[in-house]
Amino acid sequence: MPSEQILPADAAPRSIAFRGGGFTLRPRPWASWIAFAAVLALWQVAVGTRLVDPVFLPSPFSILLALQHLIVTGELWGDLAASLSRIGGGWAIGTVTGLAAGLGMGLFSPARAVGVPVISALFPIPKIALLPLLILWLGIGETPKVATIALGVFFPTAIATMSGIDGVSLSLVRMGQSFGLPFGDIVRKIVLPGALPSILAGFRISTATALLLVVAAEMIGAQRGIGAFVTTTGNLMQTDQLMAGVVVLSILGLLIGALLGVLERWLLRWR
Amino acid sequence: MELILEGIGHEYGTLSVLDGIGLKLGAGEIVALIGPSGCGKSTLLGIIGGLLRPARGRVAISGAVPPDSLNPFTFVFQDFALLPWRTVAGNVALALEHHAISPAERRERVEAALHRIGLGEFRDAYPKQLSGGMRQRVGIARALVVRPAILLMDEPLSALDAQSRELLMEEFLALWLGERVAAVYVTHNLAEALRLADRIVVLSRRPGRIKAIVPVTIPQRERLRPSAQAELAPLYDQLWEGIKAEAQVADREVIDA
Repeated sequence: MPSEQILPADAAPRSIAFRGGGFTLRPRPWASWIAFAAVLALWQVAVGTRLVDPVFLPSPFSILLALQHLIVTGELWGDLAASLSRIGGGWAIGTVTGLAAGLGMGLFSPARAVGVPVISALFPIPKIALLPLLILWLGIGETPKVATIALGVFFPTAIATMSGIDGVSLSLVRMGQSFGLPFGDIVRKIVLPGALPSILAGFRISTATALLLVVAAEMIGAQRGIGAFVTTTGNLMQTDQLMAGVVVLSILGLLIGALLGVLERWLLRWR
Repeated sequence: MELILEGIGHEYGTLSVLDGIGLKLGAGEIVALIGPSGCGKSTLLGIIGGLLRPARGRVAISGAVPPDSLNPFTFVFQDFALLPWRTVAGNVALALEHHAISPAERRERVEAALHRIGLGEFRDAYPKQLSGGMRQRVGIARALVVRPAILLMDEPLSALDAQSRELLMEEFLALWLGERVAAVYVTHNLAEALRLADRIVVLSRRPGRIKAIVPVTIPQRERLRPSAQAELAPLYDQLWEGIKAEAQVADREVIDA
């Protein structure tokens, strides 16, 4: 019996119901700006109407004024320069040694066997806890602060480099060998470029760590630096200045992130 | 230059994958290696190319290596093995950079290889911008640029769609027949083997042993003619009968290696 006869003779063709759609997020570029502005406005109004005591939470406008004052008087630059030189020195030392350690552990079995347990044991230590010890070893001054940052940067860099190398496809290495590439060429032309995305991702963690540690170290013992500035103004209840210092730190963090973004886009343009 | 395989055997742990492989490959000869999956075809190719150390036996050559060959044993890989961060030209140049050739000559050789295989206009593209067929053409250009004596091809077409496969196979042949580079061509595709090879070596199920060596006497240029097709059809059936039962067993096997 032909199948059409199963259907009732008067059945008109009906559309099927749509059941896809959703679960795809679209960009809403204005939403974040509007929300940001709304929060600032609400904050300003709350302080302006004395709903909130400005000593505890200064208004956005007064923070802006304090920031302007710091810039105009030049007070900001000395502190910023002190913090930046500590970050720069510590990050450079931690990155160079971390890359070397990660490369060693990624390429050589003995280095891996020795390095991984040592790094796993030391990585979880909050590095700021070592600052007093480092002061005992290295004396007061810049060296222990830079060393703390270098230690904080070393571990994530070493781990990112090693795992980046682990992620390089062995078949690419074998390809290099099959064309007779010497060991150094395989490392330079295949292993390191292959590990680069992971290394750059590690930079994002290590720069954030460096920023955190510089502030913490400066809060513990420093005359200059944004961390010292924030602590001093807090002790003096100058909350508008304190908040201006916090704003400077956020801008610094954003700038470093943006710089890394540019570096990533340029170095990884093949993606 | 002749390639000689003597009593090659290999195992991974307790899993024996190759046993007693002996074979001679003449200059310019194309040998296809077929057999059920897991029979050690790719392992054998790795051993020939010096990427794997055989547990037993040896790979030898007799006669002179062609003097202009920079890399006598040259692979073409199933997964192309291109560096994603290098352009097409950069990937081909990789094979030359560590040799003592002037940059000008290197550029010239790279350009020549790219043009020969129809990649001239893609020289600055990155691998991810190319189709699978184009990527494998880069792999072939990279292999040709070092003037190999023997090409070691590990299922070079199996990652491609059927149409690219047909196109590339004909290009292979044109290149081969022009240059007469010897090749060991690993495939599980009988039609490819019958289209390309001078001899077909059939391996048994694991541990792979040579089960049969089937010469294909019709010249490659004539194999697409209807009369040749009629002659090749029974050969196809014969080869398929030879590996079918083992392929079925291999297919149902659970590997505990």
